[in-house]
Amino acid sequence: MNSKTLPYLLLAPATIFLAVFFVWPFLQIAWLAFTTGGGFTLQHFQTMAGNWKFWPTFWNTIILAAIVVPLQLIMALAMAQVVAKLQAGRNTILYIFTIPLGLSDLAAGIIWLAIFEQSGFLNSMLVGLGIIDRPILFLGYQNLWLIFVAVILAELWRATAIVMVILVSGMGLIPREYYEAAEVFGAGPWKRFVKVTLPMLRPSIQTALILRTIAAFEVFAVVVALGGTTLPVLMGETFNWQFTLQDRNVAAAYALVILAISIAATLVFLRVLRTPKGATI
Amino acid sequence: MTAAVATAAPDKPRAVSDIGRAGKFLFWISVVLLCAWVLVPIYLLAVNTLSSPAEVTAFPKTGVPSFDMGSIQFFLSFQGVLKALWNSVLVAVLTMALSIAIGAPAGYALSRFEFPGKATFRLLVLMTRAFPLPLLALPIAVMFIRIGLDDTPVGLALVHTTLAIPFSVLITFSIFSGIPLELEEAAWTLGCNRLQAFQKVVLPLVLPGITASAIFAFTISWNEVFAASVLTVQNRTLTAFLLQSLSVSPLHLRFAGGAALVVPALIFIFAVRKYMFAMWGIANR
Repeated sequence: MNSKTLPYLLLAPATIFLAVFFVWPFLQIAWLAFTTGGGFTLQHFQTMAGNWKFWPTFWNTIILAAIVVPLQLIMALAMAQVVAKLQAGRNTILYIFTIPLGLSDLAAGIIWLAIFEQSGFLNSMLVGLGIIDRPILFLGYQNLWLIFVAVILAELWRATAIVMVILVSGMGLIPREYYEAAEVFGAGPWKRFVKVTLPMLRPSIQTALILRTIAAFEVFAVVVALGGTTLPVLMGETFNWQFTLQDRNVAAAYALVILAISIAATLVFLRVLRTPKGATI
Repeated sequence: MTAAVATAAPDKPRAVSDIGRAGKFLFWISVVLLCAWVLVPIYLLAVNTLSSPAEVTAFPKTGVPSFDMGSIQFFLSFQGVLKALWNSVLVAVLTMALSIAIGAPAGYALSRFEFPGKATFRLLVLMTRAFPLPLLALPIAVMFIRIGLDDTPVGLALVHTTLAIPFSVLITFSIFSGIPLELEEAAWTLGCNRLQAFQKVVLPLVLPGITASAIFAFTISWNEVFAASVLTVQNRTLTAFLLQSLSVSPLHLRFAGGAALVVPALIFIFAVRKYMFAMWGIANR
């Protein structure tokens, strides 16, 4: 076997696999969303957008992502700074911080359900402290914003770890000399963070934001666990159209909406946070 | 006199060290708070899991487990749970094997060869990142019905492998890149052919890293909800089973189920903790 054909042989399984299970299904989704009986149509998108649930669903998803992702970035930066300062116990603390990374979103939803349900720990605490007389129904349809808050907390809890891991590995790449130089010129900790850490972390921040935003648009199990169908999100509605309403074409249209906002967000982050040429470490 | 010196001498440094001490105190407070933020919710789930069904629905809660196995027994004896657990393990093991078998050769090729089309392949792998992959399950469900793979662990494992492959390719790429080519070349000059050199020299060195990326693939599959719910009906995995029964099942079943999802994940993350940062550091580019 010569080394001309060997790399292609090694790549073949992965390429064929991705073609069959990644490229082909997406062409199928596009086909389902845009055709009816073999001809081009926008009818499925009209059905989707014409349903009263579409716009609330759409905005719920967008607003959730718009709140969760920036908060996660700030929290992850704080956690990464803490980790960077640690000496003793660094590995233990890092392991604790990364625990949620390995947990399913469904598990995270169930965990926060234990806190927010009517007989849950939050109510127990509030009654115990005498703040309220009897348990409040946090996760009912009367208090949609409370479900929103619960979902935001659960998402912050679950998925901040991944942002932190990306930022910590990015911080490891920043040369120490940069900080030393900044210190020589009299920059305090905050100034060093703003003038050295943040600009140097740009590629990592970009990766983290892209990954997290796409994942945030796919939020599903956390919402179902905490709010059932009371708080509709795009992924949940896709599921709903596929199974409850049995309309695969509209489900495919929903899938394309998620895909479109994911790609749009990716392009925005690629553009806004691009690394200037020749500015890599 | 000596007393005066004793107070005067450390006077100046003390001002600085006081600020330092206050800062240190604040720093450790924030470390403790952040750890509590991560650990307390898991603890509360554990409390509910280790309480009897009656205690789970009781109010107010004490926050201390009674170590009653009632909830866990109920969960394990509930119709379909054991089968769902078994299916979850089966799918995750298949995903692990497939993603390494398919991903590792690609990672090796990317790290060792320069060839036309390399950039295109890397782009294909990176592109999967910008796509909401679980949605793939929708058209694949139809494809599987046609070829008889619907509602089977193998079918679901194929979809989960698609989720895991980008990671296994990038991770194995970084692991192979860490092994100097000279080691392999030395083996060749000593009479090994390419395969022997790989088996005897490279494989022992990369095995721990490969294991880590296999475990990572396992957790990806173990935790996945959407595709599992779309693709399985009778042969549900644990996540699909829990999702479907969320609205109808009693609270103690949900909490025990949540714990069943969490415990293996905790162990696996612990097992691969050393590789976590290497993986994501590389996954950055």
